[in-house]
Amino acid sequence: MALDDIYKEVILDHYKNPRNKREVPGAELTCSKNNPLCGDEITVFVHEVDGKLVDVGFLGQGCSISQSSASMMTEAVADTSRNEAGEMIGRIRAMMAGEVEPDEETFGELVALKGVVKYPVRIKCAVLPWDVLQEALAGKGEAEGSAAH
Amino acid sequence: MAVTEQRSAGLDVARLRADFPILERTVNGRPLVYLDSAATSQKPRQVIDAEADFYANHNANAHRGLYLLAEEATELYEAARAKLARFIGAPAPETIVFTRGTTESTNLVAYAWARRFLTEGDEILLTDMEHHSNIVPWQLAARDTGITLRYIPLTDDGLLDLSDLGSLLTERTRLLAVTGMSNSLGTLPPLRQLTEAAHAVGALVLVDGAQLVPHVPVDVTALDVDFLTISGHKMLGPTASGGLYGKAEHLEAMDAFLGGGHMIEEVFHEHSTWNAVPYKFEAGTMNIAQEVGLGAAIDYLEAAGMDAVRAHEEEITAYAIGRLTEAGARVFGPTDTSIRGGAVSFWYRDVHPHDLATILNEEGVAIRAGHHCNQLVMRRYGVPATARASFYVYNTNDEVDALVEALAKASDVFDA
Repeated sequence: MALDDIYKEVILDHYKNPRNKREVPGAELTCSKNNPLCGDEITVFVHEVDGKLVDVGFLGQGCSISQSSASMMTEAVADTSRNEAGEMIGRIRAMMAGEVEPDEETFGELVALKGVVKYPVRIKCAVLPWDVLQEALAGKGEAEGSAAH
Repeated sequence: MAVTEQRSAGLDVARLRADFPILERTVNGRPLVYLDSAATSQKPRQVIDAEADFYANHNANAHRGLYLLAEEATELYEAARAKLARFIGAPAPETIVFTRGTTESTNLVAYAWARRFLTEGDEILLTDMEHHSNIVPWQLAARDTGITLRYIPLTDDGLLDLSDLGSLLTERTRLLAVTGMSNSLGTLPPLRQLTEAAHAVGALVLVDGAQLVPHVPVDVTALDVDFLTISGHKMLGPTASGGLYGKAEHLEAMDAFLGGGHMIEEVFHEHSTWNAVPYKFEAGTMNIAQEVGLGAAIDYLEAAGMDAVRAHEEEITAYAIGRLTEAGARVFGPTDTSIRGGAVSFWYRDVHPHDLATILNEEGVAIRAGHHCNQLVMRRYGVPATARASFYVYNTNDEVDALVEALAKASDVFDA
């Protein structure tokens, strides 16, 4: 294992310069979740127009993996439909479970998270924002602590 | 990293290290630098052998059979109890109840004492530096009884803020439950002063000894505490070993805890009578081999000398606090090693503790990152988590250097 497997430049860039780290005005869908085991916190805001996620933002604090994953997620699912976002969530889960070898065409920058698979204790950090998005889309709202161990 | 000859304050660390098989292994091609003894300690060969010897040569249920093996098992189990009693200055072996550790011990008191004797209007006083295992059992008891929990706050330096103790500790207080040593801040609260103050208002005192007993010489008789919880696996012993010390009069008065075999005297259709203390609290087959292993751990610590253990840890803690601070880390808790132990929490520049732990692991350095079951402490100091290095008899200043060198790697990765 080498550290640059997990701490790829794109991850460090999203961590230090997070995209869409803001509340989204008029967001109809929002969900908060934390992982009490490690203190990572993510809130996702989604503004949906005609079935499209036109604006996605997040707030939170935590390690570089959880925060960069959230930042990349907001870009990856922007302007997609609910179904497309749902498929993306499924693909990320499959990648983190080691079931799918991600390619850049489908995954874009998110391929950078692949290295996290080699660090089993950190997988939940990468997946946390996607869990929150899924629950936001399902209209579950506050799911604080539901990632508790 | 070569382990240099380190003779620290009367402890021959290099010789002790040779007793710990796990210290011979490598992690990611580097020697293991184990700095997480506050979570669980490593085990010397003597403890591993004692547990294996029990299974290989003496295994039988204790206090049951009428044959030689059963006698041997019982003798070894009771010898471990006597060792533990002596180790903490308890007046008699019968004042020690074997449990799975501090969590079970605290729950035992919460069930068999608090639920039995406390009612609405009564208060239990805790502190903001308690481990969750010394908070949640009392919350559960409070839910059942209507008692109120109150908390002693902390100062900015990681000490108990006793300035308002008079209004927190009152005639309504029935129990003060306080840690002997904070597992995140390292703080050693003034147990004598607190015990005197509690007794002055008629409250009992329970000391959470999870971090205290492995690292500091303890004398429950001199301290005059009512209960002390003990974790075996943090003091070189096997997991699931440990116990509860209680003053005889409390253990006698308390309700039974778990019902089952051996804790009874006689069983009738509608009721039962209880076995004598401490067996009243030891239902079912106990962790016999593990408590025998704990006995071997106590032999080991006594041979090393607890004064020497404490002196060694003061020395390495002072060294670690100095080096970490120099490297740009914010260290939590007191810096004066005469009032703290060797659990050193820190925040390193802008690197999140989890990222830090991952990077340190690549260098073979094992530290803890998280809230350490101390969410009240994290909230008090405004951090979601901390990194924590904690030390024991086998740790060396060279290992502190390895930690600091690994921090530099983290700093490179994160440009922090």
